[in-house]
Amino acid sequence: MPPKKKDAQPNVSAEELKGYYRDMLMIRRFEEKAGQLYGMGLIGGFCHLYIGQEAVVVGLEAAAKEGDKRVTSYRDHGHMLACGMDPKGVMAELTGREGGYSKGKGGSMHMFSKEKHFYGGHGIVAAQVPLGAGLAFADKYKGNDNVTFTYFGDGAANQGQVYETYNMAELWDLPVIFVIENNQYAMGTSTQRSTKSPSYWERGAAYGIPGEEVDGMDVLAVKEAGEKAVAHCRAGKGPYILEIKTYRYRGHSMSDPAKYRTREEVQKMRDERDPIEQIRDLLLTGNHATEDDLKAIDKEIKGIVNESAEFAKESPEPALEELWTDIYATEVPQEA
Amino acid sequence: MATEILMPALSPTMEEGTLAKWLVKEGDTVSSGDILAEIETDKATMEFEAVEEGTIGKIVIPEGTEGVKVNDVIAVLLEDGESMDDAEIDDSQSQQPVAADKEQSSETAPAAAKTHPAPAPSDRTPDWPEGTEVKKTTVREALRDAMAEEMRRDESVFLMGEEVAEYQGAYKISQGLLDEFGARRVIDTPITEHGFAGIGVGAAFGGLRPIVEFMTFNFAMQAMDQIINSAAKTLYMSGGQMGAPMVFRGPNGAAARVGAQHSQDYAAWFMQIPGLKVVMPYSAADAKGLMKTAIRDPNPVIFLENEILYGRSFDVPVMDDFTIPFGKAKIERDGDDVTIVSFGIGMTYALEAADKLAEEGIKAEVINLRTLRPMDTATILESVRKTNRCVTVEEGWPQGSVGGYISGVIMQEAFDYLDAPVITCTGKDVPMPYAANLEKHALITTDEVVEACKQVTYK
Repeated sequence: MPPKKKDAQPNVSAEELKGYYRDMLMIRRFEEKAGQLYGMGLIGGFCHLYIGQEAVVVGLEAAAKEGDKRVTSYRDHGHMLACGMDPKGVMAELTGREGGYSKGKGGSMHMFSKEKHFYGGHGIVAAQVPLGAGLAFADKYKGNDNVTFTYFGDGAANQGQVYETYNMAELWDLPVIFVIENNQYAMGTSTQRSTKSPSYWERGAAYGIPGEEVDGMDVLAVKEAGEKAVAHCRAGKGPYILEIKTYRYRGHSMSDPAKYRTREEVQKMRDERDPIEQIRDLLLTGNHATEDDLKAIDKEIKGIVNESAEFAKESPEPALEELWTDIYATEVPQEA
Repeated sequence: MATEILMPALSPTMEEGTLAKWLVKEGDTVSSGDILAEIETDKATMEFEAVEEGTIGKIVIPEGTEGVKVNDVIAVLLEDGESMDDAEIDDSQSQQPVAADKEQSSETAPAAAKTHPAPAPSDRTPDWPEGTEVKKTTVREALRDAMAEEMRRDESVFLMGEEVAEYQGAYKISQGLLDEFGARRVIDTPITEHGFAGIGVGAAFGGLRPIVEFMTFNFAMQAMDQIINSAAKTLYMSGGQMGAPMVFRGPNGAAARVGAQHSQDYAAWFMQIPGLKVVMPYSAADAKGLMKTAIRDPNPVIFLENEILYGRSFDVPVMDDFTIPFGKAKIERDGDDVTIVSFGIGMTYALEAADKLAEEGIKAEVINLRTLRPMDTATILESVRKTNRCVTVEEGWPQGSVGGYISGVIMQEAFDYLDAPVITCTGKDVPMPYAANLEKHALITTDEVVEACKQVTYK
C-alpha cells in the first residue's frame, strides 16, 4: 500500500516517539547480533530474524495495556522484546543456556513469559491462532476486559485452522485481535504465487469479522490501527483483523539464500520505507529530538545488546538433570 | 579497533564451506547490511552481509577457496582512520565462540538411561474402604457424575465439544450438564476439531480447566497437532512456566459395524507421548474415580472411553469425593498360573478368559491397568514374578502395541522369571471391516486369550 504523507507533528508526545524509535532499534540491533552469533555457531538450528518488521510489534504494544496477552509464531524475538522481556533471557535462550527464558530447553522458536503475558513462540505454522482465541476465551470466561494479540504471517493465513478459529471467535465474540503480518513471502513463496485473493483481511467478512489493511512500515499507522482494534475488542464486539503490510529484509531463516526475490527489491524497501529511518526523520524534522539524543539512544541500545550477548555466551549450559524436569507439572503453573 | 570477520555458519548443519566470491575488495568502505561475499554451504549459495561498518583492511581467505572452516578468519574490518599496520585485533570483539564447559557438555556425560521409569513398589490398597455403600451405576452415569462434581467444585472447569450441550451429548455422557451449569460452561462447538482443540489448549494456558470432548477419538486425529505439539510439549518448552491442565475425552476403539474410519484404538499412539497422561478405564468406578483425578491433574490427560462399555453397570462407592490415583493398577482376579494384563474394553476378554480357564483348573491373575501413562509396571512385574507367565490383551493393532511395550518391560526387568515368552493378544493387523463376521474376527476374541494362556502354561 502507498505510504501516507507524514505529519511532522503527529498526535503523540516526543517521549513516545523516542520510545518507539528506541524499541524498534533495540529489535534491529538485537537481531543483527543474533545473526552474528548464529554465524559463529553459538546459536543453532532454526533462527528467524525480524529485521524490517519492527514497526508491527512496537506499534501494537503501544496500543496494549497491562493484562493483555500476546502469542505468535516462530519469528518471535521482536515480540518478546517489544512486550518488555529481558534481552539477556531471550539471547541466552537462543544460545541454549541455563539463563534463557526456557532454561535452554525451548530455543529461538519456543519462549514464554507468564509475567509479560507472552504465550509463545510456536513452531507449527498457524497453530498459535486457535491458541490465541483460547486465551481470549479464558479472559471472556473470567469477565475481564483483556484482549489477546494473535500474530501470524501471510503463510499461516492459508491454513484451515485460521478459518475454524475465525468462525468460533466471531460466534463467541472473543476479544482477540488477529494480526496478519504480511511480509509478502511464505518462506520462498510470494503471496502472488500462493494466494488467489490478495487481501487476507477481507476474508474476515465471510465470518462477520471487521478488519483493515495497515502500513506496517509506519509505526504510528500501526499504533492507530491497533487502538481501533483494541477498542472494538474491549467493547465486547468480538474479534478484529489487522493485515499489516510489512517486509522482512533477511531470509526466512538463517539458511535461506533468498533467491526468490531480487537484491534490488530488498534494497528499495530498506532505502525508501525503513520503519526506523522513518521515525528517525520524523524525530529530527519535527524537532522532537536532536542528533545527540538519538546517538545517546543508539549507544544505550548497543550496550544492552552487547550485554545480552555476553550473558548469552557466559551463562552455562543447562545441567543434565534438566533433561528430566518440566515434563509433568505437580501443580497448576499459572494463575487461575 | 579492528574486527576479524569470521567464516559464518549459514545453516544448522554447516561446518565448512566454499568462499565462492568476494563482493568487496581491500580498502572498500562497508556499512551494515552490505553484501561482503558469496558463500556456498552444503545447501545453497548464500550472501554474507556486514554487521558492522568500517573499511575492509585485509582479505585473508581468497575467493574460490574450498573447505573453509566455520569461524576461520576470512577478512579484517578496520574502523574509521585505522590502517592495517596499526590494527590491533580486539579479541573480545573477534567473536570466537565460547567453548561450552566440557564438564557439563551433554556429549561427554551420558544422561541416565530412563527408557522406562523405575517402578515404585506396587500399591495394593483397595479403591474404597471396606463396608462403603455401593450403588450400581453405568459407565455413562459415572462419567457424567464425575464431571458434574468437579464442575461444582471448581469454577474454572468447563466442557466443550460437538453436541455436548443442547443435544445432551452424542452418547448422552453430558446429560443434564447444560441445565445445571448453563451455556457459559457447557459449550456446543461447530464441527471443527482442530480449531476447538486449539482453543481449549489456549484456554488452559490462560488459567481455565477445559474438558474437550471428541465425539469419538477418530476425529481427534484432526486435532493431533494441538494435542501433542501445543498441549503436551509446552510445559517442557517453557522451562516449566506454563502448561495445559485439561482433559481430552471421548469414546475410543471399535464400536459396532461402523467401519474402518470409526473403529480405531488410539491407546498406543497417545501412550508414547511424554507430557501426556493417558487413562483407559474399564468399570464405572474406574471411570468416575479417574475422571475426577484427570480434571484435577495439572497436565493434559487423554481419557479414552468406550462406547460399548457406556451402558454397562458396575458398583460405584457412595462417597462425597471418590477418586482413584493415576498409575495404580487394579488386580481384578487373583491367580498363580498366568498373568493377564489388560485395560479398557480389553478387560471384558481378559475376565471372560479367566473364567473359562478357571473351569479347566488354570488360575489366571487379571490386572486392569486403568492408566497407561503413568503405567503401573510394578504391579505387572510383581505378578509375573509369581506366575512366570504373561499374556497382554488389547483391541489395538499389533505393531507398536501397548502389549509390545509391556513385553519389553518384562523382558528387561524380569527375564529370569519367565517360563514362556510373553504373548501379546491384539486386534488383527487390518483396517476394521464392516461385515459382521469379519468385524468379529478382526477384534481380539476371548478364545484367542484362552489359547494364549494355555500356550504359555504349556497346557
